[in-house]
Amino acid sequence: MADVWIPPMMQKLTGGAKRLEVPGASVRQIVFNLGKNYPDILEHLYDPEDDRLRPEIAVVVDGEVSHLGLMEQVKADSEVHFVPAIAGG
Amino acid sequence: MTTTAPAPEYSVIGTRPIRHDGLDKVIGRAKYAADIQMAGLLSAKILRSPHPHARIKSIDTSKAAALPGVRAVITAADIPAVASDRMQDLGETAVRLRFLSSNVLAGNKVLYKGQAVAAVAATSAHIAEEALSLIKVDYEVLPPALNVLDAMKDGAPLLHEDMLMQEFGQRTTKHSNIANHFRFKKGEPADGFKQADVVVEREFNTAAVHQGYIEPHAATANWNVDGKLTIWCSTQGSFNVRSQVATLLKIPESNVKVIPTEIGGGFGGKLGVYLEPVVALLAKKTGHPVKAIMSRTEVFEGTGPTPGSYMKVKMGANKEGRITAAEVSLMFEAGAFPGSPVNAGAMCALACYNLDNAQVDGYDVVVNKQKTAAYRAPGATHAAMAVESVVDELCENLKMDPIDFRILNGVKQGDRRVDGPAFGKVGFMEVLQAAKNHPHWKTPLTGKNRGRGFAAGFWFNAGGPASCYIAMNPDGTVSLIEGAADIGGTRAAIAMQAAEVLGIPADKVTPTVVDTDSIGYTSLTGGSSVAFKGGLAAYEAAQDLKKQLIERAAKIWETTADNVEFEKGEFKLKPSYERKMTFTELAGRLLTTGGPLAGRASVDARGVGPAFAAVIADVEVDPETGKTQVLRATIVQDAGKAIHPSYVEGQMQGGVAQGIGWALNEEYFFTNQGTMANPTFLDYRMPTALDLPMIDTVIVEVANPGHPFGVRGVGEVPIVPPPAAVANAMKRAIGVRMTDLPMSPGAVLAAIQAKGNGKR
Repeated sequence: MADVWIPPMMQKLTGGAKRLEVPGASVRQIVFNLGKNYPDILEHLYDPEDDRLRPEIAVVVDGEVSHLGLMEQVKADSEVHFVPAIAGG
Repeated sequence: MTTTAPAPEYSVIGTRPIRHDGLDKVIGRAKYAADIQMAGLLSAKILRSPHPHARIKSIDTSKAAALPGVRAVITAADIPAVASDRMQDLGETAVRLRFLSSNVLAGNKVLYKGQAVAAVAATSAHIAEEALSLIKVDYEVLPPALNVLDAMKDGAPLLHEDMLMQEFGQRTTKHSNIANHFRFKKGEPADGFKQADVVVEREFNTAAVHQGYIEPHAATANWNVDGKLTIWCSTQGSFNVRSQVATLLKIPESNVKVIPTEIGGGFGGKLGVYLEPVVALLAKKTGHPVKAIMSRTEVFEGTGPTPGSYMKVKMGANKEGRITAAEVSLMFEAGAFPGSPVNAGAMCALACYNLDNAQVDGYDVVVNKQKTAAYRAPGATHAAMAVESVVDELCENLKMDPIDFRILNGVKQGDRRVDGPAFGKVGFMEVLQAAKNHPHWKTPLTGKNRGRGFAAGFWFNAGGPASCYIAMNPDGTVSLIEGAADIGGTRAAIAMQAAEVLGIPADKVTPTVVDTDSIGYTSLTGGSSVAFKGGLAAYEAAQDLKKQLIERAAKIWETTADNVEFEKGEFKLKPSYERKMTFTELAGRLLTTGGPLAGRASVDARGVGPAFAAVIADVEVDPETGKTQVLRATIVQDAGKAIHPSYVEGQMQGGVAQGIGWALNEEYFFTNQGTMANPTFLDYRMPTALDLPMIDTVIVEVANPGHPFGVRGVGEVPIVPPPAAVANAMKRAIGVRMTDLPMSPGAVLAAIQAKGNGKR
């Protein structure tokens, strides 16, 4: 299962858990499986209107910021982080 | 140049050919956005707000519209209504559409002096300007929030009455000018500070500074009778402009063609749209092409600088020189609308150091100033000014060499940033070693009021989508088509990567940057991404073409492709290698052996390699005037692989030059009424060649495993360390630690005098 790092400001939604093992072969599956146990976290991460991650949030899988968002593939030993989205100059 | 591993043998990469676009630019033939001319062209001028904060009660354009020669007047009412809070993904960044729309033409409120309120198209620029004076805007002037700390206070004037503070994606119920607050945390900083023998805590302030690109914004729009819109403009992202204009005007993206002209600098400031939707609306209304060109004052007052900031940094270290804890708070002025680069600043702030206990808080705060825009490694320079100053003070207190301290604490592969992700292969240690071995660092600095400073910096770099087509010409040259605006010599860098694959000299590739109808999607010239992602697209397109060429050679020799070997621009028939054909010979036979050939690729470039840089700066301070002269500056940077070393060096020198300007002189100087008092280059003091020493460069090459040639981005990280390096040098020169930017003569003199009075 993927090793999902919970951002500090979301840890109140996971009962203080900082890292969680979450099943899923894509970021979409990770986010929704996370949401099954911690429904409030889904609202933080997922934009239902456009079926995407919230645009102000980026997902980092195995050290690289993903351009694919929910479509990004996740391996069983992947590490997943949610960070604020950034833009370069 | 320093390399860390035996470099592969390349024929083209690493050489320094003359840039393909050089001649046109040198002789003045290159076309910039303001050069566009066509029959029936009208001139547009923009009416801008005289107030930093006011409600627009009414706008009367009737007298302006009646002026002879005026063809159209528009206001925000001419922009299609935008759904309340919808975010629009615009390639590398996302914006709230109603904010983007209001920044193009203000709706019911103006939020900074200089915000566009109305626009006129007329038969001449003079008539358009006269018409502006006839537009009557009835304002209800409101008290402004002009400073990040003031704007954060309860009871501060609210810029957006309906805006609720967010906490990392979660909307709170608090009405505030704080648009967003987030936190990163690793370990327990409180525990780490208990282990510290030395603790330093400082506060820092930086003024807003502009990118200072030499070419002001300009745009021309023309509608065809079939409803298709063409825009010529100076932009860092033609596809980005297409997306923003189409979204704002509610027309299909395919109906918009954006033609990027040559660009006189951007540095992040030409990612968003300002004039493009305005001239499009005016062109639609008049039935004529319409052009607008900003004055320098409009550029300062009406576009986005990088934010002013307030920062607080506390760091502790033990006697062995290990950092035990760090706490950073960054409060950035987003300007009129949310979206400062505080996110990136927070993620970069402590990225150079492998820390067990650290916390970073970021606050994105709206104030009644220009909506900020990206500027080279957005946010990272601010954060480095604060963190690298405190690190320097730790070194002073511990009596440790600043480079040795960073070698002890610096990040290596596998170490984690405070925000979580672990580094892949990075070259920070190699950068530090190269700096330590450099003659600049080894040569003692002597003389009164002189000091040497050192600072390091980090930037992520970026990848993303890019496209490339390569077509064979009968004479053995190739035409390369790409879609990223060329700001720093990227045509050459991309062409050279294709040339390397094809085994031909760089001057046999003719690269052209084309419009949005002529190439597949290509993301912004930003994030130090173009040599990386555009180079990858060129590499793949060249591989595609090479494969086809081998197949054609095989067809000519009546054999199969696996019997043909291609090496250094020559096709050879295996196994005897007696039959050979050069690239040029095969090019000449294509049309009679099966037709023309072209390679193509569209990629979503991954495998980005982050960058580290370090700067050594020597300064001399005149204690009577406070003027600081940078005597010597050296930058060491990990480029991964320098495709064209001259352009990498140019980026490094340019970044340091801008960083020194930011350190010593540049600032948006605001009056208490929220007016920028220095909106010209006469008063906004950017460094000239006379102000700067020759900036020495050391390119370190720790290959990025995510790119076939090892490329990392180079354009942004060189601006990150200079302000801190200069501040650290000034501490040694005058014994005063400067914590506010700019460290202008007046500020330095005041600090020296305060020290004399025992106040510092």
